[in-house]
Amino acid sequence: MLKDITLGQYLPGTSPVHKLDPRVKLVLTVEFIVMLFCAKNMWAIGVGALFCIISFALSGVPASLMVKSLKPIVPLVLITSVLNLFFVRTGDVLWKWKVLQITTEGRDTALFMIARIVLLIIGSSLLTYTTSPIDLTDAIENLLSPLKKLKVPVHELAMMMTIALRFIPTLIEETDKIMNAQKARGSELDTGSFADKVRGMVPIFIPLFVSSFRRAEELATAMECRCYHGGEGRTRMKQLHTTYRDLIAAIYTTLFFGGIIALNVLIK
Amino acid sequence: MQYFLDAENVNFSYMNDAEEPPVRTEVLKNVSLRVEKGEFLAVLGHNGSGKSTLAKCFNAINLPDSGTVTVAGLRTDDENNLLPIRRTAGMVFQNPDNQIVATIVEEDVAFALENLGVEPKEIRRRVDEALKTVGMYEYRMHAPHKLSGGQKQRVAIAGILAMNPDCILLDEPTAMLDPRGRKEVMDTVKRLNREQGVTIVLITHYMEEAAQADRIAIIDGGEVLMDGTPKSIFSQVETMKHLGLDVPQVTELAWRLRKDGFDIPADIITEEECVQAIAALLEKGR
Ligand SMILES: Nc1ncnc2c1ncn2[C@@H]1O[C@H](COP(=O)(O)OP(=O)(O)OP(=O)(O)O)[C@@H](O)[C@H]1O
Ligand SMILES: [Mg+2]
Repeated sequence: MLKDITLGQYLPGTSPVHKLDPRVKLVLTVEFIVMLFCAKNMWAIGVGALFCIISFALSGVPASLMVKSLKPIVPLVLITSVLNLFFVRTGDVLWKWKVLQITTEGRDTALFMIARIVLLIIGSSLLTYTTSPIDLTDAIENLLSPLKKLKVPVHELAMMMTIALRFIPTLIEETDKIMNAQKARGSELDTGSFADKVRGMVPIFIPLFVSSFRRAEELATAMECRCYHGGEGRTRMKQLHTTYRDLIAAIYTTLFFGGIIALNVLIK
Repeated sequence: MQYFLDAENVNFSYMNDAEEPPVRTEVLKNVSLRVEKGEFLAVLGHNGSGKSTLAKCFNAINLPDSGTVTVAGLRTDDENNLLPIRRTAGMVFQNPDNQIVATIVEEDVAFALENLGVEPKEIRRRVDEALKTVGMYEYRMHAPHKLSGGQKQRVAIAGILAMNPDCILLDEPTAMLDPRGRKEVMDTVKRLNREQGVTIVLITHYMEEAAQADRIAIIDGGEVLMDGTPKSIFSQVETMKHLGLDVPQVTELAWRLRKDGFDIPADIITEEECVQAIAALLEKGR
């Protein structure tokens, strides 16, 4: 059962969005986020939404997934909108009951904030839907590499990410095995009070820890055997390439950014 | 004459500093073992006899306390020889899960070459070649955790092969595999040895695998007790049993028949030999 967990939410594909250089995609996602925070009115946010819709359509990621990615943020959206709805006190009063009141401005700010959060999540999920975790790691390592001069262990961090990504499925499988083994010995993991359940976790995590340490040691030896000696002098088989696509994507994103700025200025 | 792998009077002990006073486990005692280029050596011995420890001496993971180990003429105790030695003598371990580093098969095979700073184009070429050699080319874009044990182990072998090593040390590579995975791995190993002249050191608990080697070394209590051809080793059935080791089933069968007074050769180690010998016996009996 645990085995079916997939890591991240990458959806392999061959769309133009998939084919972008992961570095460019990462930078453009950041640009999109900045863009959303620059948007000052509903029209500007609308341009951001248009950008999202077009990009999603290009990526071929089903809309149902887009909705799914929004599920975890529903509470956040609710809280923000309630706060804005009741606590913004300027503008015409629309509705009033004792101390609670809703104003036109409160309503507009709430809608604006919801749109902003929703677009933020959709935009960044587009990145994770269309970029494999490993490409993302490579992109981050590559983009952060200037920090190596400041003695930031960029390569080591990326290597840790890679190994974590590699071992998560293995460890999940192992947890499953240990759980079954403990169940076979009569431990009841699914019943009892919360405290019982927590106590039931101990005999699962201890063997898991022990075996992880053994794995780590063996992996370190195996890496040494394959001439691993840190990031120095290391090359990569897969080189990241920027192509005309990336240029087009950058121009396209920046055009929308320009649109948002223009609307900010034009519509007060 | 210079041997390809050469361990001379090697002593090795593990130090456990975590305990007070530090505990010292003496594992290898005055071990001398030589392997010629292109040879296929099987190493046998029961659990804890020091086989893995010795194998790790041959690629400078373990450095002997005294004695010397040379690989293709390079001494393992010289820091500067570290990478050349590991590139010459690659090592494959028992658990494929714990030696695969990357999340995509071809990226894992590329790992060693990336570490050695090889040109990207050349890496690509050698990765494809290595994957084809072990028959895993179609799986190059797969995630390792979705492969079978035998396939994972072949990926691990490809990861070593990509370095173009002259020698591969395999530490119980088939111990966690089913019969089919075992056959896949053994066939790959034998092919590498025969077709590409790769020197093989195979540590195993399967006597049928050892019987396919050119030579067998038996390690017991950190010492090399016996060293010879499979026929000469396995024909000493009683000595082997005394050491707590098995012989191939067919050897055992022939040995029992001999004990019962049948006239059958003592050095039978393969099924074909056994079938022929028994057929000859039946022929005579008629
Ligand atoms: N890292 C270590 N630290 C301390 N002692 C160790 C270490 N590794 C192995 N030993 C000890 O060294 C001895 C030989 O171990 P080694 O792994 O070489 O045996 P082996 O012949 O490979 O056994 P197996 O057939 O189980 O793989 C054992 O007694 C073991 O407990
Ligand atoms: Mg061992």
